[in-house]
Amino acid sequence: MSMKRLGRFHGGLHLDDHKAESTGEPIRTLPPGNRFVLPLHQHIGHDAEPVVQPGDRVGKGQLIAAPHGELSAAIHAPTSGVVTAIEDRPVPHPSGLPARCIVIDADGEDRWAEGLPAPVADYRRLDKPALVARIRDAGIVGLGGAAFPTDAKLRIDKNSIETLVVNGAECEPWISCDDMLMREQADEIVSGIAVLQHLLGPRETLIGIEDNKPAAIDAMRRALAAARLDDTEVVVIPTLYPSGGEKQLIKILTDKEVPSGGLPLHIGIICQSVGTVHAVHKAVIEGEPLIERVVTITGDGVRQPRNFRVRLGTLISEAVEAAGGYAPDVVELLMGGPMMGVALPSDELPLIKASNCVLASTPANLRRHHDAHPCIRCGECMKVCPAQLLPQQLFWYSRAKDYDKAEAHHLFDCIECGCCDYVCPSHIPLVQFYRHAKGEIRQLRREKEKADRARIRHQLREERLAREKAEREARLAAKKAALEKKKAARAAAGDNEDDPKKAAIAAALERARARKAELAKQKNEAS
Amino acid sequence: MKFQVDSSPHLAPVNDVGHVMRQVLLALLPGIAVATWYFGWGVLINLWLATLLAVAFEAGVLALRRRPIRPVIGDWSAVVTAWLLVLALPPLAPWWLLTIGVFFAIVVAKQLYGGLGYNPFNPAMIGYVVLLISFPAAMTNWVAPTTIADVHLGLLDSLRVTFTGALPAGIGWDAITTATPLDAVRSGLRQGETISEIQNSIAFGLLAGEGWEWMALAFAAGGLWMLRRGIIDWRTPTAVLGTLAALSAVFWLVDAEHYASPIQHLLGGGAMLGAFFIATDPVSGSTTPTGRLIFGAGVGLLTFVIRSWGGYPDAIAFAVLLMNMAAPTIDAYTRPRVYGEDSRP
Repeated sequence: MSMKRLGRFHGGLHLDDHKAESTGEPIRTLPPGNRFVLPLHQHIGHDAEPVVQPGDRVGKGQLIAAPHGELSAAIHAPTSGVVTAIEDRPVPHPSGLPARCIVIDADGEDRWAEGLPAPVADYRRLDKPALVARIRDAGIVGLGGAAFPTDAKLRIDKNSIETLVVNGAECEPWISCDDMLMREQADEIVSGIAVLQHLLGPRETLIGIEDNKPAAIDAMRRALAAARLDDTEVVVIPTLYPSGGEKQLIKILTDKEVPSGGLPLHIGIICQSVGTVHAVHKAVIEGEPLIERVVTITGDGVRQPRNFRVRLGTLISEAVEAAGGYAPDVVELLMGGPMMGVALPSDELPLIKASNCVLASTPANLRRHHDAHPCIRCGECMKVCPAQLLPQQLFWYSRAKDYDKAEAHHLFDCIECGCCDYVCPSHIPLVQFYRHAKGEIRQLRREKEKADRARIRHQLREERLAREKAEREARLAAKKAALEKKKAARAAAGDNEDDPKKAAIAAALERARARKAELAKQKNEAS
Repeated sequence: MKFQVDSSPHLAPVNDVGHVMRQVLLALLPGIAVATWYFGWGVLINLWLATLLAVAFEAGVLALRRRPIRPVIGDWSAVVTAWLLVLALPPLAPWWLLTIGVFFAIVVAKQLYGGLGYNPFNPAMIGYVVLLISFPAAMTNWVAPTTIADVHLGLLDSLRVTFTGALPAGIGWDAITTATPLDAVRSGLRQGETISEIQNSIAFGLLAGEGWEWMALAFAAGGLWMLRRGIIDWRTPTAVLGTLAALSAVFWLVDAEHYASPIQHLLGGGAMLGAFFIATDPVSGSTTPTGRLIFGAGVGLLTFVIRSWGGYPDAIAFAVLLMNMAAPTIDAYTRPRVYGEDSRP
C-alpha cells in the first residue's frame, strides 16, 4: 500500500466529533409508515414533474415525478399505496416556505411496482449513455447533503477525468450515516465505485476517510482488496473540520485546488460521496431507484441516538420516535450537523434525499445569538477559514452593503462552513451576514440583468426610430426633388399656371405698404 | 412538536472578547510586578485610579449614548486601555494627568468613534500622546528605580503625591526622579557625549537601564505567553522588534559611539510593551497576515527614526499612531490568496 503525500487546506477546526453516540448499534431499517410526503424539489435544479394524479395507485419504486430539464431528478414511490394529494406542504428547507409535494398513503403491502429496471449482472456490457440513463432514471443525487443530480456530473467526456474522489470524510460532528454505511455495506460501495470507474475511466480513485473512523477504513480496505480494483486506494486523512467539503477534500487528496468559481471537473476531478456511490450500485446493479437512505438520528435531545435506513418521505417525528423519542429539554432540531445544518421549526417534515442527519439539541450545546459584541478585527476567523478568506473584512463589507468590495474579497468562495462564526470572540453571526449578502448580490445581479435587457431594448428602439426617421426624410427629400424637377420641367415648357396667384399676392402687398405709409403720415401730423 | 429556529452554525462559541481581554491583563502582571518593584507604589496607585476612571468614563458615555452598559464594561477593554496608558506614564503621575489621559483615551479616542471595534487609533496611545504634548514637564518626572534612589516613598506618601502633588517635607522632585535611559541617551548625545560615556552611569544597569531592562523582559515574557495562548499573532511583535533591532544594529555597527545598541533599543524603553501589547491591538492595527508584518515593520522603523533623529526620547506611541493611519490602506493591498484563486486546470 502506497503512502500518499497529503495536501493541507488552510485553517479548519478540531471539533468534538460526537460520533460514538450514534455508532454503537448497527443501522436499523425503519419499517415503512402510513404516510409519505415527497417534495418535488429535493435536489439542485428544476422541480421534478408529477406523472401521477391524486387517487392513483402506485407500487414501491414507481416513478411518480419525472426529471424536468437537464438538471433535475426523478422521484419514486417509497412504498406501495395511493396518491392522496399533490399540494403545498412544509418542507425541510432554510426558507421555511411550503413547497409542492406528492403525498402517498401506504397500503401496508410494500409491493414493488411492475416494470422496474431488471438487475444487471455485468454492468460492463452497458454503454455509457445507458448507464447514465439508469442513474438518472433512479433519481440519484449527491447524498452528502448538496443533492446535486448525479447524472449531470457524469455526462462528460471520458478522457478528461484524472481522479475520482470518493468522499467518506464525514467531517461534521454527530453525523455518522456514511461511517455506518461504509462499515456495513462496503462491498456495495466498492461495486458502485467500479461502475463509476467503468463510466469515467479515471486514472486513479481516492477514497478519503477521516482517521476517526477506523472500522469504516478497515471495512473499505477489505472490500477493495476483495474486489481487486486497480489504482483505487483508501486514503486516511486527519480529522479536521471541514475536510469533507468537496474543495477541501480535493486539496487534501490531490493537493490541487478547484479554481475559484469553477468546478472540480475543470481540474479533471469528479467527487461523489460514499452514499451516492452506494445508490449508484443499487440503481445499476440491483435496479432499485433511490427510495431510501441512511439517516443519523442523534444529539443530546434524543434518547437513543442511532442510524436508520428510512424510506424517503418518512416524517422526522416517526424516525425520532424510533430513536426513543426526545429528551425532555430538547429545544432545537436540525437537518444536518451542528455547523451547517438547517434548523427546522417542526418535526412534521419529511426526510428527503439530502437528509443525512437529524440532530436534536438541548440548550447545553447551543449558541445564543443575542450577545454579539462589535468586531475587534482579531483575525481568529481568518486563521480558521478553509477558503483562506478574510472573514473580518467580508463582515465589514457585507454589513456596510459594500458589495463590490465583498465580491472583490471573494465572498462567493465562502462555503458557509461556520468555522469563522464558531471561533469569533465577539459572537457575531458571520455566516448569516455572508448568506444575506450573497442573496442581495444575486438579487442585484438579476435586477441589473433585467435593467440591461431593458436598456438594450430601449437602445434598439431608439435606433429603429432614428432609422425610420432617416428613411422617412430620405423619402420626403426624394419626393421633393422629384417635384422640383417636375416644376422646373414645366417652367421650361412655359406653363405659367401660377401667375394669377402671384399677381394677387403682389397686389395685396402693395396695398399694405400704401396703408402703412398713410398711417405713418397721419401719426407725424398728429404729433 | 415545535422548535426554535436559528441560523447555522449552532454550536456554542468557544471564545469571548472579555476572556481575551482578561488574558491580556494577566499577561501584563509580570511587567507590572517588576515595575512596582523598581518604581514603587505609584504604579499600583495609578493602575487602580485609571481603572476606576476608565470604567466610569466608559459607563458615562454609554449612558449618554443610550447604549447598554453592562456588556460593554464586561468586555474589559476599558481596563486594558487604562493599564496600557498607566504603564506608559511616569509612576507618581498626578491624578489630574491620569484623568485627562484616560478621558482622551476612553471618551475621545474610543467612544466618540463608536466604541470598541470602531476606533481607528489605539486609545491608550492617544491618551499618552495628548499628555506628552500638553504636559511635557509632568511627563518627564520619571521616578528613579528604588535600587539606586536615595529616597523611597511609602504607600501613604505615594498616595499623597498622586492626589495633592505634595512631596514629604525635605524631599525635592530631584531626589526621587531621574531621566529615563532613552532620555539620558538622547540628552547625552546632544551634549556631545559618546554612548559609552553615557552608559557608564549606574542608571544603565546591566544591559539597558536599571529596572527598565527587567521590566522589558517581563513584558516580553507576558507577550510570549500570549503568543503561546494564541491571543496575539506572532507577526506584529516579530516585525516591530526585528525591524527595530536590525536598523539599530546597522547604525550601531557603523558608529557605536553615536548610536545606541540594539539591546538599548529593545530593553531600554517601551519597545517590548509596544511590540507585544500595543502594536498588537487588533482594532487599530492591520488585520491581514502580510499586513501585520508591514504594520509591525513600520512601527519598528518609525520608532527607530524618531528615537534617533526626532524630538522625543521614546517613540512607540507616535509610531503606532502613524501606522494606525496606514492600516486600512495596508489591509486593502495585502489580501491573502484565496483557495483556488489562481488555480489553473
